[in-house]
Amino acid sequence: MRPGRLLALAWKSIAEHKLRSLLTVSGVVFGVAAVVTMLAIGEGESQAAQEQIRRMGSNNLLLASVKPSEPESGTSANARVLSYGLLEKDLLRIQSTVPEIDLAVPRRDVPVDARVGTRRMRATVFGTSPQYESVANLEVAQGRFLSAADEESRLPVCVLGSEVAKRLFLNTDPLGRDLHVGDNAYRVIGVLSTRGEGTGGTAGLGGESDAAILIPWSTMRERYGSIIVDNRGGSRNREEVELHRITVRAARGDEATVGRVAGALRRLLAEGHPQEDVRLTVPLELLREARETRARWTLILGTIAGISLLVGGIGIMNIMLASVVERTREIGIRRALGAKRRHIVLQFLAETVVLCAIGGSLGMGLSILLPHVLTTVFGLQTIVDPWFLGLAFGIAAGIGLVFGIYPAMRAARLDPVEALRHA
Amino acid sequence: MSDVVRLTEARRTYRMGEEEVHALDGLDLVVPRGEYLAIMGQSGSGKSTLLNILGCLDRLTSGSYELDGKDVSRLDDDRLSHERNRRLGFVFQSYNLIPHLTVLENIEVPMEYAGIRPGEARQRSTELATRLGLGGRLKHRPSELSGGQQQRVAIARALGNDPSLMLADEPTGNLDSATGIEILDLLDTLAAEGRTLIVVTHDRKVAARAHRTIHMLDGKIAREDRRVAEAATP
Repeated sequence: MRPGRLLALAWKSIAEHKLRSLLTVSGVVFGVAAVVTMLAIGEGESQAAQEQIRRMGSNNLLLASVKPSEPESGTSANARVLSYGLLEKDLLRIQSTVPEIDLAVPRRDVPVDARVGTRRMRATVFGTSPQYESVANLEVAQGRFLSAADEESRLPVCVLGSEVAKRLFLNTDPLGRDLHVGDNAYRVIGVLSTRGEGTGGTAGLGGESDAAILIPWSTMRERYGSIIVDNRGGSRNREEVELHRITVRAARGDEATVGRVAGALRRLLAEGHPQEDVRLTVPLELLREARETRARWTLILGTIAGISLLVGGIGIMNIMLASVVERTREIGIRRALGAKRRHIVLQFLAETVVLCAIGGSLGMGLSILLPHVLTTVFGLQTIVDPWFLGLAFGIAAGIGLVFGIYPAMRAARLDPVEALRHA
Repeated sequence: MSDVVRLTEARRTYRMGEEEVHALDGLDLVVPRGEYLAIMGQSGSGKSTLLNILGCLDRLTSGSYELDGKDVSRLDDDRLSHERNRRLGFVFQSYNLIPHLTVLENIEVPMEYAGIRPGEARQRSTELATRLGLGGRLKHRPSELSGGQQQRVAIARALGNDPSLMLADEPTGNLDSATGIEILDLLDTLAAEGRTLIVVTHDRKVAARAHRTIHMLDGKIAREDRRVAEAATP
């Protein structure tokens, strides 16, 4: 029989029992939807992670001071000054001894109350150098970034994060105006574009700049002492931290170079900071870890979705076996009229495959809808690659073949005489 | 012209537990082309087995079966299917139409297996159905037809591939007498056209239409009647 006729026959037989057919394929429908949705979630997560890491800069290496965990708790904290973290001599040593680097950019953070007229807000002053703009992937929306001349002359100028500009200057133009921190005034020379929430992660190059006031490194050294006092959160915290960050940019972005620079930095830290008060973050390594994590998740989710497809397939096989029994007489008639065994096999196989293809199509529809719902309701980032749909449809049709072959063989092996005698 | 059926020393033995049952026990039968033959016998006489053998649905344990001059007794399943498709036409007591197919589609089933193009099959099935008085019912399903009409569809289907031999198993068994007579008249017409027909029945009135009747007993032919007297009268 011709393939077209075979498919038409299969369709006719499926249409004969619409509800039963629909129930039969529901397992495949949801299985396909599960596969695609899982893949879409995995892909979405991975894109988000990659975007975050890309923002950190793939040839950057980030050193951050971390407060060592205190053995004794808060009672005497007021009296003590906690001293930890990166030192200026670390910066000099990195700049002079680590090969294959372009830049090493320092940053020191001081929590402050900033004021413009009567408006106040809590912000963080970043003391940093002009190169910070490029290593942190910052974008200047208005005015300009800190310059080498500002640095050299220790000028009282500042660049504002978007949040600071918005809250202290409202809708007015901040450029050229003054901002007060304590007794000091800083002239606003630029405003940064919004970075958005939470994209910096532990490496801290994301949204934190939105609430920052960036001033020249030299200006900060002149105006702030070595002790940082933080009155926030009720208690007074006194810390001595020379530098909070050093962003190192490798000469090239390939894994080998970044790896060698990372190695050199780790050796330096092991020597100078045995108390582990400095953390090294390598975005490129994170990227690789993210990929590995994604691969693992894809495997796990894929397995779960695969099991649901398997269950769907078994459901189909079950119904097809019942259908073979129910249609024993038809099989006998067809055999008497000259159908060969393979005609019977093809007939039932075509029916299962068409059934599964219908299930696959419905599942594809559902799997365009479902990630969309997840995104709007739960804010989960999902990406449905057309390739997933093709894959899921192929799997559904494949299930039709695999789980259809046994019932079809059973049908074909029936003895024509027995089958004709069947009620 | 050669004989359509030539059974020689035909044996078909079943195993029923310990016992062997000889459903056909060394039966010889020759059916010349154009003959209308009736087979009668009690149930268990072996007439169903004989019909299955003649219809290539079953194989002999020993002996030989020549259908249309070709030895089919040692053919494999595929080749037997082929023979059924091309040389045989079946008419059953319970019509055995496929319920979800229309009249035309039912008639076309054997043609599909013969690889006839859909267009040609449709033309042939329409001609056959019309000739058998089903012209107004071509798109109906079997459940929408009377018993007599269903049996006509079955006969049309049996004729689809122009078979050498038509086998009918109690063709009027499910029909009232008037309708049964219509069907028997139809079979008479086919016989008159020169078709070779074998009818299995336990109804004397059905057997009376045939040129020759064989009576089976214990897997053998016990007796044979030839309609000599009537054949002589026009």
